[in-house]
Amino acid sequence: MQNRREFLKSAGAVVAGSSLLGLAGCAGMDRGAGGHVVVVGGGYGGATVAKYLRMWSEGRINVTLIERSTEFVSCPMSNLVIGGLKNMTDITISYDNLRSRWGVKVITDEVLALDTAKRTVSTAHNGTIAYDRVVLSPGIDFMFDRVGGLAGNEELIPHAWKAGPQTVVLRQQLQDMKDGGIFALHIPKSPYRCPPGPYERACMVANYLRREKPKSKVLVLDANGEIQSKKALFTKAFEGYKGLIEYMPNNELRSVNAKTRTAELDFEKVKADVLNVIPPMRAGNIATQSGLPLINDRWVDVEWLTYEARGIPGVHVIGDSLFPAPTMPKSGHMANQQAKVVAAAIINLLAGEAPNPSPVVMNTCYSFVDAKNAMHVASVHQYDTVKKQPMPVPGAGGVSVAANEIEGKFAHAWAQNIWADMLA
Amino acid sequence: MNAKLVLTTLCLTGLAGLSHANDPNLARNLAATCANCHGTSGKSLGGMESLAGEPKEKLLQKLADFRSGAKPASIMHQISKGYTDEQLDLITAYYAAMK
Ligand SMILES: Cc1cc2nc3c(=O)[nH]c(=O)nc-3n(C[C@H](O)[C@H](O)[C@H](O)COP(=O)(O)OP(=O)(O)OC[C@H]3O[C@@H](n4cnc5c(N)ncnc54)[C@H](O)[C@@H]3O)c2cc1C
Ligand code: HEC
Repeated sequence: MQNRREFLKSAGAVVAGSSLLGLAGCAGMDRGAGGHVVVVGGGYGGATVAKYLRMWSEGRINVTLIERSTEFVSCPMSNLVIGGLKNMTDITISYDNLRSRWGVKVITDEVLALDTAKRTVSTAHNGTIAYDRVVLSPGIDFMFDRVGGLAGNEELIPHAWKAGPQTVVLRQQLQDMKDGGIFALHIPKSPYRCPPGPYERACMVANYLRREKPKSKVLVLDANGEIQSKKALFTKAFEGYKGLIEYMPNNELRSVNAKTRTAELDFEKVKADVLNVIPPMRAGNIATQSGLPLINDRWVDVEWLTYEARGIPGVHVIGDSLFPAPTMPKSGHMANQQAKVVAAAIINLLAGEAPNPSPVVMNTCYSFVDAKNAMHVASVHQYDTVKKQPMPVPGAGGVSVAANEIEGKFAHAWAQNIWADMLA
Repeated sequence: MNAKLVLTTLCLTGLAGLSHANDPNLARNLAATCANCHGTSGKSLGGMESLAGEPKEKLLQKLADFRSGAKPASIMHQISKGYTDEQLDLITAYYAAMK
């Protein structure tokens, strides 16, 4: 596989021809003739919408992207880092191309508040910034207080459900674990970000332990009644790790003791050597604290042609923060697809035109079961004018027949291409 | 257009309500749904084929073969069934015109 440097170089070569630097439109970059869009969050949704707004408007629309981290760190592929198959540098990418190639103004800062009436966002270090339209793609935030003893103990009981320092902490704890240790992974009730992700993680941890610490055990403590994605395929993968992975459904976590790494569940008490708790989650704080309409007090309710928060024109929300349409997963692939629908809609709206009345989005999530073999789940969602939301196309999509090496290669290619589609 | 493509169109129009009014950038928008695997504007970094600059008829034939099963695939048989003939027509024309 290419390393990241080679990847970025070739990415640069590929898109150079279509970059904005050679365009006359670039001269208008600071004038904002086409309007000013502020994007909050530079993850899968936010980076994509920023690039596509610039690309498709040919530089007419000014875009400011505000992201708290200095670099993008990918959640997809981070389970491979935890399993020792990839390094942090493999999943970390700079925002430089968004700046230099696409003319996005990328600001490293925290957005503290959104004023939907005044159309401004306020930031920690860059004051108040006005927008014509804002796109929120803040991902998720955790509800630590739903599990007794969890709040403030992220270092001792990592989630690693946002890639970055947490990924490193969990990897380190796994490396430090003794042979014969217990790695317990807790999965919250659906919907959570990346339905197959926890099961992939169990496989990646088991794959490492089988090689390095074969007397150990992975306990998968699932608050749900069954495996939430690719059930038959993961059941088979878990059988391949017999004696190593134990799957325990219907186990909702009540509380933890961070010092002893003990988990108190509905029916069990588990003492672990590494306790990896994925806490219950909701839309990113900036989305839940700005007076946007929420469903179940967790996810933002949107109009599906423009992804504007219902009743709040000018505020678009994409990615994991949404209350999803039927069978729509919280995935990076889906956030990237929604971002393109929104980029197209915003360009139309800023020009006084109606949004595309028939947007399509599709999803694919690849999961690894060991170092080489991966499998997918895919779906295509067409906008339904009667239901006024995207609906999965019956007979399309589906899962792999079995995990296989060819799709292991495609999964790596998927990551390279989607990272370039967002950031190169 | 071959018989299998027509058949799939019939299935899709059976959906509750697909829209018929078109956006002038529909082809661009639809093609972008392929881009996170096949590359922005159909220019892949590798591992999956580039679509940019490929003749339209060739792309359409491959998609028809994925749908019918004539061309074995890991995933494209499932993805291609999610789009109408008109949509694939627009997408392939768009990629064929990309340099
Ligand atoms: C272990 C794991 C594996 C996964 N694997 C896959 C996979 O294989 N395929 C797939 O498609 N998806 C996968 N996912 C899911 C995917 O990561 C998410 O669905 C995707 O990141 C959602 O995109 P987003 O833009 O909504 O949020 P994010 O990508 O999380 O981006 C949100 C960004 O907003 C920033 N932010 C938030 N609030 C503020 C603020 N107030 N001010 C400034 N910045 C802010 C954050 O720092 C972050 O960078 C996986 C997830 C995990 C955890
Ligand atoms: C999830 C990633 C993914 C997405 C999204 C995707 N493809 Fe593919 N495509 C593949 C893979 C993988 C192959 C190789 C065949 C296979 O195994 O399915 C392929 C092969 C193809 C081929 C044949 C290429 C050749 O020269 O042999 C065409 C044509 C194609 N895709 C068109 C499309 C179009 C059009 C779209 C959007 C509607 C699309 N693909 C979306 C992954 C993807």
